[in-house]
Amino acid sequence: MRITKEQILHVAHLARLELDEEAVEKFAGQISTVLEYVDQLQGIDTEGVKPTSHAISLTNAFREDQQRDHLETEKALANAPEKEDGSFVVPKVVG
Amino acid sequence: MDLHQLSIAAAHSLLKKKEITAVELTRAVLERIDAVEEKVQAYLTVTDDSALAQAAEADRRIAGGDCGPLTGIPLGIKDLICIEGVRTTCASKILENYHPPYDAFVIRKLKQAGAVFVGKLNMDEFAMGSSTENSGFKLTRNPWDLERIPGGSSGGSAAAVASGMCLGALGSDTGGSIRQPASHCGVVGMKPTYGRVSRFGLVAFASSLDQIGPITRSVTDCAQVLAAICGHDPADSTSVPMAVPDFENSVRAGDLSGMTVGLPKEYQAMEGVDPEVAGAVESAVQVMENLGARRVSVSLPNTEYVVAVYYVIAPSEASSNLARYDGVKYGFRDAGRNDLIDMYRNTRSKGFGAEVQRRIIIGTYCLSAGYYDAYYGKAMQVRTLIMEDFKKAFESCDVIVAPTAPTPAFRIGEKIEDPLTMYLSDIFTLSANLAGIPGISIPCGFSSGGLPIGLQILGKHFDEQTLLQTAYRFEQATKFHTKRPRL
Repeated sequence: MRITKEQILHVAHLARLELDEEAVEKFAGQISTVLEYVDQLQGIDTEGVKPTSHAISLTNAFREDQQRDHLETEKALANAPEKEDGSFVVPKVVG
Repeated sequence: MDLHQLSIAAAHSLLKKKEITAVELTRAVLERIDAVEEKVQAYLTVTDDSALAQAAEADRRIAGGDCGPLTGIPLGIKDLICIEGVRTTCASKILENYHPPYDAFVIRKLKQAGAVFVGKLNMDEFAMGSSTENSGFKLTRNPWDLERIPGGSSGGSAAAVASGMCLGALGSDTGGSIRQPASHCGVVGMKPTYGRVSRFGLVAFASSLDQIGPITRSVTDCAQVLAAICGHDPADSTSVPMAVPDFENSVRAGDLSGMTVGLPKEYQAMEGVDPEVAGAVESAVQVMENLGARRVSVSLPNTEYVVAVYYVIAPSEASSNLARYDGVKYGFRDAGRNDLIDMYRNTRSKGFGAEVQRRIIIGTYCLSAGYYDAYYGKAMQVRTLIMEDFKKAFESCDVIVAPTAPTPAFRIGEKIEDPLTMYLSDIFTLSANLAGIPGISIPCGFSSGGLPIGLQILGKHFDEQTLLQTAYRFEQATKFHTKRPRL
């Protein structure tokens, strides 16, 4: 399936990517080629075939619910671009 | 004696006999990096100070009589595996200054074993690529021909091992990212069974496909590193709680008599395989026959859909995994006009390179409302068919043999503007990740131009032992692995 420039822009918005005109143009062509190739899957009869999400399926990997040490706040914040009073700082969200 | 060219096994023997020290060995590797890194460009970070400190600590352990197989052995680590306090970038601008606050499970195990970490190795950004050209920082070159790619995404790991800039390395393999660069650089690389090695501390690309594994200069070294990094980890819910076989000792056990080697007829019929590669693989099968193995024809009927399934599933999982890079918790931030959504968009657009953005868009599209069933749902169903193909094929053979890559290493720049052609070059490696089975690539010859060719051996779930034993017997009979690039 060919993907239009409008669809690229919509999907880029969903993925929180900002593309310039040149990138939209280039991606529309390259991604259409990939999607057209992938479209061959549509012709395969998969009636009744169970989907595989993991090749080795484990169910319910339980462990004892025990108290353990966790990453200290200081370490968890060490890589933050902006932090204050033990918290991550983000641009203002509400007015 | 060039200490940097020693196998892990040979270096261990000298360390144990106290003929060399771990500090001498590490210094030799660091000197080798000084000498050839300028040409090869495999490392993103060289940790010389901490490496020498770890080596000194290893020497103290050895003096106390505690010399394990990896004690004092200098290793390189692909730059998407976390070492506490050591910059880990995934070769992405978005993580340019990220210093993990913890060790990956495999790093914890290697530290317990007394290994020495000499640095972090270049890769395609977030492991997305087959040539290491998608690194956000540098171009790694193939040590056999500096105008060619080393393969990818673990291109830095394979190039460093081949050129003596570490004795062994860790890579990660989501669609061939250990096996294909190992093939292109003339070294040994193994992707273990999914679930065999914990992914805790491995920066995620496609979580249902990713697996960490060794890249080394011999099969016994591969077994040694694999033995060190395996084991159940409660911190990874996909880590399988089962006993780890004695890889290091069983690798030399057994022979190939009575073994059946499966050759998929769909692979034989495939177009685009370089005749020299096909010839080297055929010769390899004959070597195995001479060692007592028997060839059988098997069928993997859904082979033609493997690339399509992979390039839906991997980008879909990637688009979800990479949502975490939002400029808040770690990594690069571009504040933009100081509105939250704007900050996300600026951060991600400037932080991610072109291939990563391309795959995020493909993945987001495949998972978006109205397309999910047609793309992701369908791909998961065809993945089941691909897995069943392997299950059926392994009813009539012990291992499957194939080329690792359809051609020897291609030239830098040759495929970078044509993503689909690049994706198609992964045809022989992708299915092991989709099926979750183990695979190893070992050197099996050279092209007329002097480029290494890799033989891939695929096995049943959790049957790494048979792969290692088969690879070891082949290696002993051929000696391709003893050749080194001239730099």
